[in-house]
Amino acid sequence: MSQSFLELSLVSMAFKTRQGPFQALSGINLRVDKGEFVSLIGHSGCGKSTLLNIIAGLYHCTSGGVLLEGREVNQPGPDRAVVFQNHSLLPWLTAYENIELAVKKTSQGKRNKAQIREWILHNLKLVQMDHAMNKRPEELSGGMKQRVGIARALAMEPKVLLMDEPFGALDALTRARLQDELLRIVADTGSTVVMVTHDVDEAVLLSDRVVMMTNGPAATIGEILNVNLARPRERLALATDARYLSARKAVLEFLYHKQLKAA
Amino acid sequence: MTTTATLAAPTETSSARKSDTVTDLGAVTAAATSTPVVKASVAAAVPPTPTAKRRPAWLDTLGDYAARILPPVITVALLLGIWELASSQAGASLPPPSKVIADTKELILNPFFDNGGNDVGMAWQLLASLERVLYGYSIAVVVGISLGVLVGQFAIAMRGLDPVFQVLRTVPPLAWLPIALAGFRDGNPSAIFVIFITAVWPIIINTSIGIRNIPNDYRNVARVVQLNGVEYFWKIMMPAAAPYIFSGLRIGVGLSWLAIVAAEMLIGGVGVGFFIWDAWNSSRISDIVLALVYVGIVGFMLDRIVSWIGRWVARGSSVN
Repeated sequence: MSQSFLELSLVSMAFKTRQGPFQALSGINLRVDKGEFVSLIGHSGCGKSTLLNIIAGLYHCTSGGVLLEGREVNQPGPDRAVVFQNHSLLPWLTAYENIELAVKKTSQGKRNKAQIREWILHNLKLVQMDHAMNKRPEELSGGMKQRVGIARALAMEPKVLLMDEPFGALDALTRARLQDELLRIVADTGSTVVMVTHDVDEAVLLSDRVVMMTNGPAATIGEILNVNLARPRERLALATDARYLSARKAVLEFLYHKQLKAA
Repeated sequence: MTTTATLAAPTETSSARKSDTVTDLGAVTAAATSTPVVKASVAAAVPPTPTAKRRPAWLDTLGDYAARILPPVITVALLLGIWELASSQAGASLPPPSKVIADTKELILNPFFDNGGNDVGMAWQLLASLERVLYGYSIAVVVGISLGVLVGQFAIAMRGLDPVFQVLRTVPPLAWLPIALAGFRDGNPSAIFVIFITAVWPIIINTSIGIRNIPNDYRNVARVVQLNGVEYFWKIMMPAAAPYIFSGLRIGVGLSWLAIVAAEMLIGGVGVGFFIWDAWNSSRISDIVLALVYVGIVGFMLDRIVSWIGRWVARGSSVN
């Protein structure tokens, strides 16, 4: 039996609350192949970010387990770099230094000083932020900060890139541009990505598979949609593509028909 | 003399973070606004045709200076005037400023004389006090930040130590002096201990608040990058908590300076506190007034220095 790259088996998560334990996730099974782009989509509060944090090792699931290349995930590490929703750049460091903080640790014994510098610059170029390498986060726009956040994660050379609503805080135009760039970067680097999103178009445009989660409590995977669209994908061409539209409709159907949440 | 530590958190950090929804269009608008600047500099290069109706630049800067310097000068002059008038009445118990200056001329002009024993110039008196503050405060900084980190980082340390801190910090500085004298059997270390115990509480408490307020995001970044304890301390904890730590340090240095004068009155020897007490015992009221002015100026400078260091160290860390 072939071993999958990233495997979640029967992952459940309960949080302790004053009213007793709250079952957030229950019995989640998911296999992600190397080089695959998977999005987790669901209504807010369904636990998709919790699931991502479990993969990241930031949370410990109460039962079940996560295997990455056959090894159990039980603590955070650079092999599962996270792009946080609010960029989480350290405000007292420049864009370059923020990436350096991550790279210095992961490059120990692998790169010398000059190579580290080159690697940081390479990653800044990848997100087209090399022009602002000496700027602090406060001097950057929201989109630029998120670019640096992505560069920081990529620079750790993760086996899986985890993204927690990476473009959620951005305006629509900036978001679209960064999505296009992410498509290009993922194609260039062959990254395996697990992304949490609440944006249907984003999920369909970027993913190979869209994992749709049911509403909590005890949320689990409702449906998984394979997005059989050829890459590279073009936003404009896809806007009228029948397969894209039907994939989009399937996700909308799930979210607003089968899992409609009383707001 | 009761001094309660006010736990002021820096306003910069408590203010909400800027929203992240700034678009890249910011760069475009910046470029647009820069054009008039270019035009203006071109216009300036060409000699202005209508013979300058605007006031010349140097007059403007002079006006700015005046607007900043005049109000405090006028306030001080007014206060001195009122004091002069009030103290010039027949039977006034305090000397007017004119008499203070006349009486203390020798002290003002000769800050560095040394006649042996306690009979030394004001500069030596102040330096002796500053030396004690320096020792006591330095110990307070090291101990205060260490304990603050401990209490801020570990919930169990917080539960164990915080009640003790909360009780001890309300003890007035001078109440520690007899205990210190009993322990050290010497005046100087006792004074230094009083400074330490006065300054340490706001440093501990502000540091622990700063540590506890480190955003979870930064902790998560550190965990993903797998920083070890030492790296986390220097690269995340200290810069993130710096604004809080420095507001504690600022309160601490102010309290030290408040406490030193009182402590020195009791322990004697060279120092501005005992100078004041000695002057009172020999009815040299003018000397007291002069000493108070010096104490005020030195205290102000200490506060400025710590605040300036804080701003330099914490540059960037309070904004997100």
